[in-house]
Amino acid sequence: MTAQIIPSRTAAEAALAEIFASAKAGLPGSGAVEKLREESFAAFARGGLPHRRIESWHYTDLRALMREALPIAPAPTRERRAALRKAAAALPANSLVLVDGVFAAELSGKLPEGVKVTSLSAALAEDRPGILESLAAAWAEADDAIVSLNAALMRDGVVIDVAPGASLAAPLHIVYASVAEKPAARFSRSLVKVGAGACLRLNEMSLGAGGRAGQTNNALIVDVGEGAEVGHTLSLTDTRPGSLRLETFLVRVAARAKFDSFALVTGGGLMRRQIFKLFAGPDAKGTLRGVSLLRGREHADTTLFVRHAATGCEGRQAFRYILDEESTGVFQGKVVVEPGAQKTDGKMLAKAIMLSDAATMNSRPELEIFADDVICGHGATCGGLNADQLFYLETRGLPPPEAEALLLEAFANELIDDIGHADLVAAYRAEVAAWLAARARSETRSVA
Amino acid sequence: MAAVQETVERVKAIDVDQYKYGFFTDIEAEKAPKGLNEDIVRFISAKKNEPEWLTAWRLEAYRRWVTMREPTWARVSYPPIDYQELYYYSAPKTASGPKSLEEVDPELLRTYEKLGIPLNERAILAGVEGAGQEASRGVAVDAVFDSVSVFTTFKAELAKAGVIFCPISEAVQTHPELVRKYLGSVVPPTDNFFATLNSAVFSDGSFVYVPPGVRCPMELSTYFRINERNTGQFERTLIIADKGAYVSYLEGCTAPRRDENQLHAAVVELIALDDAEIKYSTVQNWYPGDAEGKGGVFNFVTKRGDCRGQNSKISWTQVETGSAITWKYPSCILRGDNSRGEFYSIAISNGHQQVDSGTKMIHLGKNTTSRVISKGIAAGHSQNTYRGQISSHRKATGARNFTNCDSLLIGNDCGAHTVPYIESRNPSTQFEHEATTSKISEDQLFYCRQRGLSAEEATALIVNGFVRDVLQQLPMEFAVEAQKLISVSLEGSVG
Repeated sequence: MTAQIIPSRTAAEAALAEIFASAKAGLPGSGAVEKLREESFAAFARGGLPHRRIESWHYTDLRALMREALPIAPAPTRERRAALRKAAAALPANSLVLVDGVFAAELSGKLPEGVKVTSLSAALAEDRPGILESLAAAWAEADDAIVSLNAALMRDGVVIDVAPGASLAAPLHIVYASVAEKPAARFSRSLVKVGAGACLRLNEMSLGAGGRAGQTNNALIVDVGEGAEVGHTLSLTDTRPGSLRLETFLVRVAARAKFDSFALVTGGGLMRRQIFKLFAGPDAKGTLRGVSLLRGREHADTTLFVRHAATGCEGRQAFRYILDEESTGVFQGKVVVEPGAQKTDGKMLAKAIMLSDAATMNSRPELEIFADDVICGHGATCGGLNADQLFYLETRGLPPPEAEALLLEAFANELIDDIGHADLVAAYRAEVAAWLAARARSETRSVA
Repeated sequence: MAAVQETVERVKAIDVDQYKYGFFTDIEAEKAPKGLNEDIVRFISAKKNEPEWLTAWRLEAYRRWVTMREPTWARVSYPPIDYQELYYYSAPKTASGPKSLEEVDPELLRTYEKLGIPLNERAILAGVEGAGQEASRGVAVDAVFDSVSVFTTFKAELAKAGVIFCPISEAVQTHPELVRKYLGSVVPPTDNFFATLNSAVFSDGSFVYVPPGVRCPMELSTYFRINERNTGQFERTLIIADKGAYVSYLEGCTAPRRDENQLHAAVVELIALDDAEIKYSTVQNWYPGDAEGKGGVFNFVTKRGDCRGQNSKISWTQVETGSAITWKYPSCILRGDNSRGEFYSIAISNGHQQVDSGTKMIHLGKNTTSRVISKGIAAGHSQNTYRGQISSHRKATGARNFTNCDSLLIGNDCGAHTVPYIESRNPSTQFEHEATTSKISEDQLFYCRQRGLSAEEATALIVNGFVRDVLQQLPMEFAVEAQKLISVSLEGSVG
């Protein structure tokens, strides 16, 4: 445990260094941006890829799991973008499309009033005031190798400004599409600034088959202004085996604001989602929820850092996992209540159902409390399906596989139903149903 | 909140430090030269007249220790320890093998008398007079003073039942086969920095062997005392309950009040064979340092029990009130099928104390169960962390765990933290974990005060209710002492 370790660079680390050296000249921004990139890469290079001795990466040993670093996806050609046009036409209104991590304005629809969107590369190139400070997100204390790597190699993304008091009727969608022929890497960083009192629903999704192969390192920074209300949903679905997806989500919630987030993870070779959430102003409310459905040799890690820095905030975190075959689920949640953040009310619950002998679940709900007048609690459970419930359904005439599917569906949908937007609830429920149907098909195949 | 404000003022106004065992016994001691090297390890081994295999075992541990780094993952901070500035062996000059109580240095006897530890077999443990017939049955005591055991009571009576209870240095001479078979089999010398250090320089501690089918006729107990300045205490305890045996063991500890920090790095190994049960209780009351956080014992302890046999059971109960730094995770390896591990803990920190404590329950066998109840109470400027690991392995079918850790915060400047690791590799495993953190409910306080209790009495009552689950697990002799300790530890912290 305590023996001296001398780190040596892995092939992936060496490749990343080469990628950065050759790509940096072509990446947007100059002067201060270049400096930020250099510093960020140096910070990444110092520790290399995070490994199991880095406490927050204990259960996702990226150093061992990431064998190679893919080259950055080439800029999408005009033809390839045009090919996407048809698919993009079917997208809901208010969609912002990123093709291989690059914002494609022509594929994105007309935007409602009160919303201004530019590409990150344009914002960096014109050195927009305050953009660097917003991107650096120092408030999050996201001292993490993957966030540093993203800052060094961020190529594009969207910068969304929602005017104070604006209220959007329909959700705004950020769509991640990919057209690269060969497996490639994508680094995007997006910034959403929600003005005081504004009301917004943001949905992140992926588009098209094959879109998600390769390696993705995305970061989304959301700044929720005073009294604003933001609902966020994210779907990370059907990522191809062997792919790597690293998602960083940074949220700052100002006074009296409300923030609610839900994520559905189904599939994916190796997926790590890390959320840094800061309650910066008093009396804010924030909810983080998520459902992960895993099969095969999938590995999904959700890691939260929730920091209460103001009084009277209410934080709720609820995550559920269904683990089949040889999959691995990781849940880590750290809630910090800073000195003086009195009257904090924080609750966290992680539940996992394991369906196979070879599945693994690791959870680590953590509390760090420096204020005395608080109510904080966390719970974690993990086990198989309840035999009594199964038996009950079987006595009602349901064959065992259907009874099992019904219980699993209920387990997942309980969190989905709280999204609070009928269309999105229906879409996410459909994804759960599709996953269960695929599972049932493969079960039947293996029985036959 | 007014009560909290008052608390803060009171903490500032009065000396929080209520430590009553802080006296020093002026007794001539024989010490090894300061510092640590292979010669010191050989010196300790020679002093104890150890067989060659044990000397080699110590040296191997020492050589490994030199290559190791001190762990830094715990939520404790302390100035770096200079391991070459410590004495690794210190023994009262007159302590060598007294045959009867008359031969023991009267100064030592007085020390234990002051601590309320009966070395006279007719006496009973202080604090339980009048507690009824049940409590006044004897408690066998092994008294360890710095690096040596000075006296062990009731040896003859225990021997009648076949129970071996003696200092480990004596066991090395009289029962080498047992020591050699079990020493380091639960906590290997390579385990961690402090355990490796202990393996190299361990001085004394207790050895218990309960033969098959024997229910140990009385409570066994060891009382540790650090006396000398700049001396580390490295005791090693080894308890073996053979098939179908039962033993209940108590451990207590105190140290003089000093400005410098003292190091205590112990290793405790428990082995329960088929159908055996070991109950291990600790009341840890090392000197916690003064109100400014000066001085106090650094307590780096490795405690681990191995439920090696089927249907075996190991239960840890601890009341932690002392030490400037506590780093301790009594664990259970649930190897045998149907074995059971329990951990009940009350950790109270006040002043500038830092506690990082918890447990590990490793489920390896089938149908193994474990239960963890941890109550942390932080007051003053202290930091109190629960750190625990529950894991089940692929073959641990039917493993079950229930964990409950609650923290209570008294005052504005303290911190309470929970860091559980829950790792499941078997679908039939059922793990449940729950943790809460809160302050003493104002409604409860108000209710008690309305009934005529003072604020301090009311807090003590509520705190005692909060920790009741754990106190109930303590043997009678210790429950009384623990209850008193809790009220002493919190004195001055409530308004």
